[in-house]
Amino acid sequence: MKNTLTLKKFIGSLVLLSCLSPVIASANAEERGLEIATEADRRDTGFVDSTAQMVMELKNKQGQSSSRQVRSKILEVTGDGDKSLSIFDTPADIKGTASLNYSHSLKPDEQWLYLPALKRVKRISSKNKSGPFMGSEFAYEDISSQEIEKYTYKYIKDETLNGIDCFVVERYPAYKHSGYTRQVAWINKQEYRAEKIDFYDRKNTLLKTLTYTGYQQYLQKFWRADVMHMVNHQTGKSTTLTWSDYKFKTGLTDKNFSRNSLKRAK
Amino acid sequence: MDLIIMHLKRTWIYTIKPISSLLSFSLLGLLSFQLHADWSGNVTMQDRYFIDDALITNSEQHDNYLSLSSEVEFYSAWDNDESSITITPFLRIDQHDEERTHGDLREMYYQQTFDTWELRLGISKVYWGVTESQHLVDVINQTDSIESTDGEDKLGQPMIKASFERDWGTVDVFVLPYFRERTFQGIEGRPRTPLVVDTDQVSYESSDEEQNIDYALRWFHFIGDLEIGLSYFNGTSREPLLKPGNSNGPAVLTPHYPLMQQAGVDAQLTTEEWLWKLEVIARDWQTFDTSGTQLIDQNFIALTGGFEYTFVGIADSDADLGLVTEYLYDDRNKQASSFFQNDMLVALRLAMNDAESSEALLGVIYDLDYQEYLISLEASRRFADSWTATLEVRTFNKIDNDSLLNSIAKDDFIQLDIAYHF
Repeated sequence: MKNTLTLKKFIGSLVLLSCLSPVIASANAEERGLEIATEADRRDTGFVDSTAQMVMELKNKQGQSSSRQVRSKILEVTGDGDKSLSIFDTPADIKGTASLNYSHSLKPDEQWLYLPALKRVKRISSKNKSGPFMGSEFAYEDISSQEIEKYTYKYIKDETLNGIDCFVVERYPAYKHSGYTRQVAWINKQEYRAEKIDFYDRKNTLLKTLTYTGYQQYLQKFWRADVMHMVNHQTGKSTTLTWSDYKFKTGLTDKNFSRNSLKRAK
Repeated sequence: MDLIIMHLKRTWIYTIKPISSLLSFSLLGLLSFQLHADWSGNVTMQDRYFIDDALITNSEQHDNYLSLSSEVEFYSAWDNDESSITITPFLRIDQHDEERTHGDLREMYYQQTFDTWELRLGISKVYWGVTESQHLVDVINQTDSIESTDGEDKLGQPMIKASFERDWGTVDVFVLPYFRERTFQGIEGRPRTPLVVDTDQVSYESSDEEQNIDYALRWFHFIGDLEIGLSYFNGTSREPLLKPGNSNGPAVLTPHYPLMQQAGVDAQLTTEEWLWKLEVIARDWQTFDTSGTQLIDQNFIALTGGFEYTFVGIADSDADLGLVTEYLYDDRNKQASSFFQNDMLVALRLAMNDAESSEALLGVIYDLDYQEYLISLEASRRFADSWTATLEVRTFNKIDNDSLLNSIAKDDFIQLDIAYHF
């Protein structure tokens, strides 16, 4: 009982404090945050489609590692989330397994899984946004299409990160079932691409940090990082995604992302 | 390092540009293509151990069965992956059961994708349906029933399949020119029917026997959260009727394959944490009358329906726990050729979502009329990148003396599969 009272007092003082800062400033911070996100999205619009290869290296606290190879195809959908197809080449026991995702900003994604041993296409529940992708430190929500409407934003400050001038922007998931209360992103001021993201869990404790390295520009417009490194501060595990063989505007169409296409994705 | 070399060895990507590099302006330039060839597969060691002694009437059976199997897939694609060949041979060698020592061409087909449709020619496998406990609408491929007790292993089916994708759904048209007989355990096999099924004494309703040409049609579509399939099959039933044989040798059962027409509906409604599933079939075929000698016409309806609910991230971990419940019904009651005339499946599915893909499925199928129940546990995980271990336990409980399952009442078993994948 005593604890509750102290907590109430504490929260009360927080509320008071926040009242002291001008309301207009906070509205501006939100507008500024959204502006940055909108500009980043604008600069990444128009890639039409892309394909790439990815190697995923999982490391546990003891330094033991295992790897997965995934081929990915993405079709840009204007006005909605993208369509994506991932085909697993290793581990060998799941070779040929493929997943198809129609992502949406706020309503739940549509997801299918193809199980090659049974030749079965399964529609799966999309609730598991916070769960690990392939046993890695990347959650499904980390690798899914990042639409503006998926978050609300707040500009925090400018900061130099490893010599790069960045905006620091907080974003708060607006979709259901996220594993995060917030994410803090360092956005490159010049190129409007993410350099680093801190993820805070449901208890608002720092959970993971994602860093992007080896950015390359494709078609003189689109920036893609060769390496995405995610460290889980709470478990000591980490996952490194190494991307290669990026191709854009390859002529993929809806046909390549149909439910039927899963069965011929090899 | 070894791993990387292995991966390199396994996947060859040839870029073949014949002549085109010399005559790059000419029409021959159009012939330049990329050929992609890939091998994969597994070698699996299996041990199946039966907890109880076999029934006295099945004295040829053993307690422990060791076996080795391998399935290899060769896949080659060209023309932007729009043309491909897939060849998948399978072989098992069993310590005791000479019928279970068998091979099959699971797949050997050519596939061509056109702008508006897709053609598949050859031996292949297709899967229809949504439920977990049994697969009523899935009737294209014959069951390789000596492989496993769950009926999920299938024999390759020769087919011509044309697939049309439209805004209003996908239509698959099948012509099935050759019939595959179901596999059955040999005299030393376990579990099996009380009498051995003698596949040499097979009979068919169709005068063309195994060369009867079967047809099937399927429409499939999804509208938002609802997936729906309608199917129709006309041809020789994959499910045989078993009747006592009259050969000169020992008493046996002989399989008879009637012609059938079957219409099926399968549907799944996917909401965020719920999956609602339904499969219904109506079949028109011939079966034996109660005396077991005379063939009579029969129409029946069977269904499987239920839900799957998933608890995501249980106890603050990465693990998911799914609850699966299905009701199984067949309007033939005890005359049903399946055991599931009024049964209930309750199962728990645990997925650890860890690097080893550790998973377990514990299920009970309970017969609401006869109080028999089957318990099954399947658990698997990966180790050392290329290996998997799978444990399977099945027990058959409270089986009545006059039950269809009587001959397997003492056949509770534990099975371990260790597989190397490449």
